[in-house]
Amino acid sequence: MSERIIVPFGPQHPVLPEPIHIDLVLEDETVVEAIPSIGYIHRGLEQLVQKREYTEYVYVAERICGICSFIHALCYSQGIEHIMEVEVPDRARYLRTIWSECSRLHSHLLWLGLFADSMGFENLFMRSWQLRESVLDVFEDTTGGRIIQGTCKIGGVRRDIEQEKLDEMHRTLDPFEEKCRDLGDVFLNDETVKYRLQGLGVISKDEAYALGAAGPTARASGVAMDHRETGYAAYGDLGFKPVVETAGDCYARCAVRVKEVYASIDLIRKAIEGMPDGAIDVKVKGTPNGEFFSRAEQPRGEVVHYLKANGTKHLARARIRTPTLANIPPLVKMLPGAQLADVPVVVLSIDPCISCTER
Amino acid sequence: MGIFQMTKTVLRNIAGGPATRQYPAVPARTSPLTRGHVVFDPSTCRSCNICSRKCPCEAIRIDKEEKIWEIDRMRCIACGDCVESCPFGSVTMEQDYFPPVMEHAVERYTITYVKPEKPAKKPVEEDTGA
Repeated sequence: MSERIIVPFGPQHPVLPEPIHIDLVLEDETVVEAIPSIGYIHRGLEQLVQKREYTEYVYVAERICGICSFIHALCYSQGIEHIMEVEVPDRARYLRTIWSECSRLHSHLLWLGLFADSMGFENLFMRSWQLRESVLDVFEDTTGGRIIQGTCKIGGVRRDIEQEKLDEMHRTLDPFEEKCRDLGDVFLNDETVKYRLQGLGVISKDEAYALGAAGPTARASGVAMDHRETGYAAYGDLGFKPVVETAGDCYARCAVRVKEVYASIDLIRKAIEGMPDGAIDVKVKGTPNGEFFSRAEQPRGEVVHYLKANGTKHLARARIRTPTLANIPPLVKMLPGAQLADVPVVVLSIDPCISCTER
Repeated sequence: MGIFQMTKTVLRNIAGGPATRQYPAVPARTSPLTRGHVVFDPSTCRSCNICSRKCPCEAIRIDKEEKIWEIDRMRCIACGDCVESCPFGSVTMEQDYFPPVMEHAVERYTITYVKPEKPAKKPVEEDTGA
């Protein structure tokens, strides 16, 4: 038996923009054990719920993560709306869906770029980010912010999208989809990508389920769990079906995200076509009293906001479970057996968002 | 076949121009909705304090006695809540981002132009009271 050594991975690592530390126990070049540790960027955002009014906390919730910002705000708002029994207008539900799917597009394109970069395919990385830029431009035109949208509020949305802009978005979807399909074609069919990813970091369906994997990590192993199926916001009207792969390796996780990009474009198209008229918000009066587990599907998986209100304008408690936290146990299972050079690819394949995880 | 998936993209790359622009020689892309920074107009502010109460990050402070309106640019997240809630249109949003600064300083405005309005209101109240 060869000698075992421990190689630290992170918290500062070229492929990770955010700090997570993993102690890799190696035998020669092969990982036999991975011991993760988090806790480098805890910001105390859950505690802040007791100091900010429940309407103001939407902005804090949005800043938990720089990528799924809109969906955090949406999940929090839906929770408060449920506690206060506020009915959101149809147009607001559709607008929320459009912005959620735009978030998913820009998150997945960002991830595809980072993933290509992690396996050394820099041209593909730049092409992905170039496409992502056009999604960010749509965000800026419709909400005023590229990353932090600030449009979700309790009782609806703060901004409407004009019909001309919706038509323009609808027109640009087809060329955008064509470009995405060109890009996805490289990820799905290129031999070098396949050679690098297939059979790497495999996790079976049962393991993924037992370890509580969320989002694309679970769906790549054949666990067809997608919270959008429950039909929150306007997903119920749009006929959504989750994207599922069965192999459970890095290639499958990549394929799920590529296909979700296509699915998101399709959802945006359907939402624009079915956009109802009417108000975009309702006036919310009073203070919330009660508790609720609010859930939404982020690009990385299912996010849970537990909100407890006590009848004052400050909530008593908020607890946020983000998808990356759920995906770290499967990651620990994926790493043993991988070569040291493949570790960055396996770690990135769960799309880790440490800001979310530590809040 | 499989290793040439990227060829179409590469050819398009060669034919097309650069995807980036020569910032700052070419200005950055903005839209009319872009939330850059908050601008305050001291001539219309009536010290109602709504912007200060609405601000989720406590960046705005108003001193009614001293007639002072302060904004801490490093706290401000440009959410636009103050702009939407201001009943007098004193707070507006500009598209360009606030330039970087070397020191943490609070921007202070003196609400001077309100003074001519208030004495005009007071006699009216006294008249109705009498």
